[in-house]
Amino acid sequence: MRFLVRRTGFYMVAALIAITLNFFIPRMMSGDPVTAMFARFQGRLEPRTMDALRETFGFVDAPIHEQYFTYLQNLLQGNFGTSITAFPAPVTEVIGNALVWTLRLAGTATIVSFVGGTLLGIFAAWKRGRFSDSVILPFLSFIGAFPYFFVAMLLLYILAFGLKWFPLSHAYDLSIRVDWGSPEFVMSVLQHAALPAFTIVITGMGGWMLGMRNNMIGVLGEDYIVMAQAKGLSDRRVMLTYAARNAILPSVTGFAMSLGFAIGGALLTEIVFSYPGIGFWLLSAVNGRDYPLMQGIFLMITLAVLLANFMADVIYVMLDPRAR
Amino acid sequence: MEHSNVPAGQTTVVAPVIHPKSARRLRLPVPDWLRSILHNRKAAAGIAILVFFTLIALFANQLAPTRNAARIVGPGSQAPSADFLFGTSRQGQDIFAQVVHGARTSMAVGFVTGTVIMLIAITIGLTAGYVGGWIDELLSLITNVFLILPGLPLIIVVAGWLNRPGPFTVVLVLSVTSWAYAARVLRSQTLTLRNSEFVAAARVVGEPSWRIIMFEILPNMTSLVVSAWIGAVLYAILTEAGLEFIGLGDANAVTWGTTLYWAQNNQALLTGNWWTFIPPGMCIALVGFSLTLINYGIDEITNPRLQNQEHEGDAK
Repeated sequence: MRFLVRRTGFYMVAALIAITLNFFIPRMMSGDPVTAMFARFQGRLEPRTMDALRETFGFVDAPIHEQYFTYLQNLLQGNFGTSITAFPAPVTEVIGNALVWTLRLAGTATIVSFVGGTLLGIFAAWKRGRFSDSVILPFLSFIGAFPYFFVAMLLLYILAFGLKWFPLSHAYDLSIRVDWGSPEFVMSVLQHAALPAFTIVITGMGGWMLGMRNNMIGVLGEDYIVMAQAKGLSDRRVMLTYAARNAILPSVTGFAMSLGFAIGGALLTEIVFSYPGIGFWLLSAVNGRDYPLMQGIFLMITLAVLLANFMADVIYVMLDPRAR
Repeated sequence: MEHSNVPAGQTTVVAPVIHPKSARRLRLPVPDWLRSILHNRKAAAGIAILVFFTLIALFANQLAPTRNAARIVGPGSQAPSADFLFGTSRQGQDIFAQVVHGARTSMAVGFVTGTVIMLIAITIGLTAGYVGGWIDELLSLITNVFLILPGLPLIIVVAGWLNRPGPFTVVLVLSVTSWAYAARVLRSQTLTLRNSEFVAAARVVGEPSWRIIMFEILPNMTSLVVSAWIGAVLYAILTEAGLEFIGLGDANAVTWGTTLYWAQNNQALLTGNWWTFIPPGMCIALVGFSLTLINYGIDEITNPRLQNQEHEGDAK
């Protein structure tokens, strides 16, 4: 329990630092972003909106600590400002819509990649030098060393452009009405998600597989494995409950961190496939100098990562009695 | 680690695994660590690929004599031919020249960033691990925070504020955001080494802390430092390419990432101009793969349990 309390404290500190970074990075650059934005969106922003935006950012005529507290206060009230690229939607709304797509695509793909890679790693260590160890592992490692977006581009080119097995872009067929009740729409969503998800799974799996394999090999040398085998326990039981359970601990922490990278990695995938998730919007925000959206998305991703890590800690405590 | 009983001051590198027979055969004045790395098939293959690309980067001017690889030299969207080995971009730039010259910037940014990352990581990790106390608490907290902050989004946000940073700024941004993982690994290794006898001996003799850190502890984790450095270089090359690919770098610089950016921008995927994105992408992939191979090799050399595959068969 003390472990979890300490970790929670750490996450609070990390969140505060992220928020503070978000506050100070714009201030280290020259100029006031709202004015810069105004110059860019001449005519589209009313002076009143601009003043409201300044206030949300804390860019008011006040000492810097007062600006900081204004900013914190706005955040606590859930006021992230108004998006420019999706004007006049509030930032929270844009993020909410995008997050659903990212979680569905990258979340599922990362979990599949982790579970698949870990299982393959268990087998590769158990049967050293056999097929999974000597063929699948090098192949996946080779793919894993590729830049994420390049694999995505290659597969898009071969499978979608060349063979026409998959749609080229977007999250669903834009000619179909958005209706989660209609099977046609759901099919379209699945078709559009298949290829991007596949690229995430195939590029991520090698790392999980190698990590798990090497951990397993370490654990398989321990005395308690010999003991379990001497007791005459079934191979399956020794492999899964004795070896794998201990070997998976480092992977669990890695998995939580990878959820953060999943959003980052999915960012590139989302751009290649024009998939309307968080990453796609982050890039649009950066390109469109939409600072409120940019900051909102960064904070949201950070908080999601912190939450994922907290859940990993809870799982860790459940798996490893020493941490209790 | 198996090096903890090494006498003080002796520079041990990667655990030398030399087969007696081959040691007799090879009489070249090659240091032990290099020999053991070259004896590992994976690492040797990785080094060969890396040397190949380094040579391309060094002799870029001879391979593709052009003062500016972004210059328009011929008709656009030409498929590879004898004139243009890798074809031309939609605007008519020579892709071969871009790939050859891009090797320079991409690899330079990768290696410089990887090195800066390691310098920061060594400073913070070793200080935290050796000094301990509140300094360790503070440095560990900073490390863990940087570790948990999502790297790529943070880099994108900073790049967004900087407004199309050039290669030098990319080095800076990547270094400042990406040192934490290596620092944590080095710190825990320092904690182990700190309590070994040769460090205690050095302390009794009265060596100052910085000397113990630099000359007693650091040389005894060379293999760890080298593999973390290679990992950092790999990360930097991939991230730089990714940043430029999504259009956050300097679009006028000639690098593998910007060539890919223009390919994507010109709808190369949808018009079938495969030669504009396959060559630069394959270069990044091959350099990345070579670094991964070297790291696997180092891992196998230093972790004896990962060796002897043929003797063990099924792991029982």
